[in-house]
Amino acid sequence: MAAPTMESTGSSTTSTQTVTIAKGLNMALRNAMERDPKVLVMGEDVGKLGGVFRITDGLQKDFGEHRVLDTPLAESGIIGTAIGLAMRGFRPVCEIQFDGFIFPGFDQIVSQLSKMHYRSQGKVKVPVVIRVPFGGGIGAVEHHSESPESLFAHVAGLKVVSCSNPVDAYWMLQQAIDCDDPVLFFEPKRRYWEKGRLDPEAEHLPMVSSAVLRTGTDVTVATYGPMVKTCMDAATAAEEDGNDIEVIDLRSLSPLDLGPVAESVRRTGRLVVVSESPSESSVTSEVATRVQQECFYSLEAPVLRVNGFDTPYPPSKLEEGYLPDLDRVLDAVDRSLAY
Amino acid sequence: MSPEHWTRPSRPDERDRIADTAVPAATSATPTREQVIAGLRATSEGGADLVQLLTPEGQRVSHPDFDIDITDEQLRGMYRDMVLVRRADREGNALQRQGQLGIWVPLLGQEAAQIGAGRALRPQDMAFPSYREHGVAWCRGIDPTELLGIFRGTDHGSWDPNETGMGLYTIVIGNQCVNATGYAMGQKFEGKVGNSGDDAAANEATMVFFGDGATSQGDVHEGMVWASVYDAPVVFFCQNNQWAISEPTERQSRVPLYERAKGYGFPGIRVDGNDVLASLAVSRWAMNEARQGNGPLLIEAFTYRMDAHTTSDDATRYRMGDELEAWKLKDPIERLRVHLLREGIADQDFLDGVETEADELAARFRQFCVDMPDPPPERIFSAAYAEESPVVAAQREDYLDYLSGFADSGHDTEGSVR
Repeated sequence: MAAPTMESTGSSTTSTQTVTIAKGLNMALRNAMERDPKVLVMGEDVGKLGGVFRITDGLQKDFGEHRVLDTPLAESGIIGTAIGLAMRGFRPVCEIQFDGFIFPGFDQIVSQLSKMHYRSQGKVKVPVVIRVPFGGGIGAVEHHSESPESLFAHVAGLKVVSCSNPVDAYWMLQQAIDCDDPVLFFEPKRRYWEKGRLDPEAEHLPMVSSAVLRTGTDVTVATYGPMVKTCMDAATAAEEDGNDIEVIDLRSLSPLDLGPVAESVRRTGRLVVVSESPSESSVTSEVATRVQQECFYSLEAPVLRVNGFDTPYPPSKLEEGYLPDLDRVLDAVDRSLAY
Repeated sequence: MSPEHWTRPSRPDERDRIADTAVPAATSATPTREQVIAGLRATSEGGADLVQLLTPEGQRVSHPDFDIDITDEQLRGMYRDMVLVRRADREGNALQRQGQLGIWVPLLGQEAAQIGAGRALRPQDMAFPSYREHGVAWCRGIDPTELLGIFRGTDHGSWDPNETGMGLYTIVIGNQCVNATGYAMGQKFEGKVGNSGDDAAANEATMVFFGDGATSQGDVHEGMVWASVYDAPVVFFCQNNQWAISEPTERQSRVPLYERAKGYGFPGIRVDGNDVLASLAVSRWAMNEARQGNGPLLIEAFTYRMDAHTTSDDATRYRMGDELEAWKLKDPIERLRVHLLREGIADQDFLDGVETEADELAARFRQFCVDMPDPPPERIFSAAYAEESPVVAAQREDYLDYLSGFADSGHDTEGSVR
């Protein structure tokens, strides 16, 4: 296995630069568009404005209105026309403005995008990427803080990934665009401005792979997206209590790469799975189920989960309580160790 | 019942009102003269703007905007198209009744709409169908046997959309309208639209097929919005066959469907969908406009679903037999047959030859169907992803292992003929 991304950023070369996740995504889009004239960016306000989070900033100016499309406000239209464009040989990268706005496009994603390759037995490929800023913690109104990734991980025919740092943002988005399968690309919106060291010439992981970000011996914590930072912080804090936590960034949610998780759990005997989304029938359920199947005799404690609650996303004055934080992660770690 | 508001022939609840206008109620399978007239009015009063070039009696009539140059050979060809497609369609119904197909979706009555539209397409054009477009498929060179897998349950569509210029059948109502618009945007982005001179012959456009029921779907609306703001070379071809399973067109719309185009800012034409000449003429015009960069456009083909929605449907629960009888008098094939004979374009030998060919097609269609093997179990897992998923690969391996455990007990894991 290649070196984990976060650790590899230590090897500084002349090409290394400090970038935010937002910048990493922007650079990835620019690279992909320069490499392949069939790559299109489309979505609401992605052109002149550069997107409400400025991820597509400057692209329309440099690539033109036919490659960076300010679309009508219709998500089914965005996904549906992207499918038609993909059938024509384009590689559209759609931006859904906020997680909670993807549902008008849900029908096209589930009924057409995910099934076209299977229906045609490979005669039609639909290499569409759907970028979704997701998750809470930004003090927003309803529909702007959701974590719907499990809904898509449940749909056969889709790949679902999430980046947690600028290096993955840069590489995984380009890998998603190169992928011949449709990819739901979940971006941790509250971490858009987190910085990291990016070396565009360094080794990098394949898109469908999980990464051990921090090795440890006592408890394994598996997570993804915006919760990676929370869990890394928790691991640092746990050191004070003498607990050595291994943190794994799942990165790909469908398919899951559980090899490194299972390998870790066989050493630690304990697993805590963390995400912001509601817990029922979620990515964390899938991880828990499969790890207990694969590591049954290694487990010293039941697999525990730390999630958002199984309620609609609360008003923002309550979101601090809803979102897993350092203390809730550490509480689960303690409970696991107490078994 | 002003012409502007006429959208379909009479229904039982209108019978009293029709009686008031001196058209007697249906009493038998044979329509009265008044019913015939009422039936004719159903098409000719499909709106003052209804385009018709061949009357139900097979009379060639002219239209100021949509006349058509067509050779006798082309006329005979379209007759043959319609007869063969109808024959395959009837055989599909029969095969379902005999248990050879799980379901069949009849096109009976819509042959003229589909053959007229299908014959207006060029090889480089793209068609996006719903699931009743057997006539369009025929025009795209897709053999009727290639439709069978969908209805026998052996595949979800067997033809190659790239090779045939026709997408796979789309079952979720209206979905294909945004897909088609996206494809047409791609044609435009690639510079395949609006070229002149030597390049004009290579211009492309897209035609998307949907029904009166689909017009209520958001995706049809979004497709039309997108097509209009991107000037996409797409022709929206709506077959208004009067019924969305049990719901009449007026459950979908207050206005004649073709008039909706006005709201999107592009032309809408209502054509007699049982008149293959008119359907061809209007479709040719519309596709040419789209190829030249003047798209999008909407065509409403005013026609009638002469059979049930599918073989699982019972149309007698929601519509009266006399309505069907009235529409039988406007049969798309019969009016062309009369025209061909009357004008001496075809003789009885030609018609007999087409019948023989239809018999042969039906026999071949049937034989192909009953000979179709069931797909092997590993087909469940094939091509779910372009890049194989480790999850699916593991499931396939486990399942095939599991099945192999039955090998000694007589379970056949290979494909077997039903």
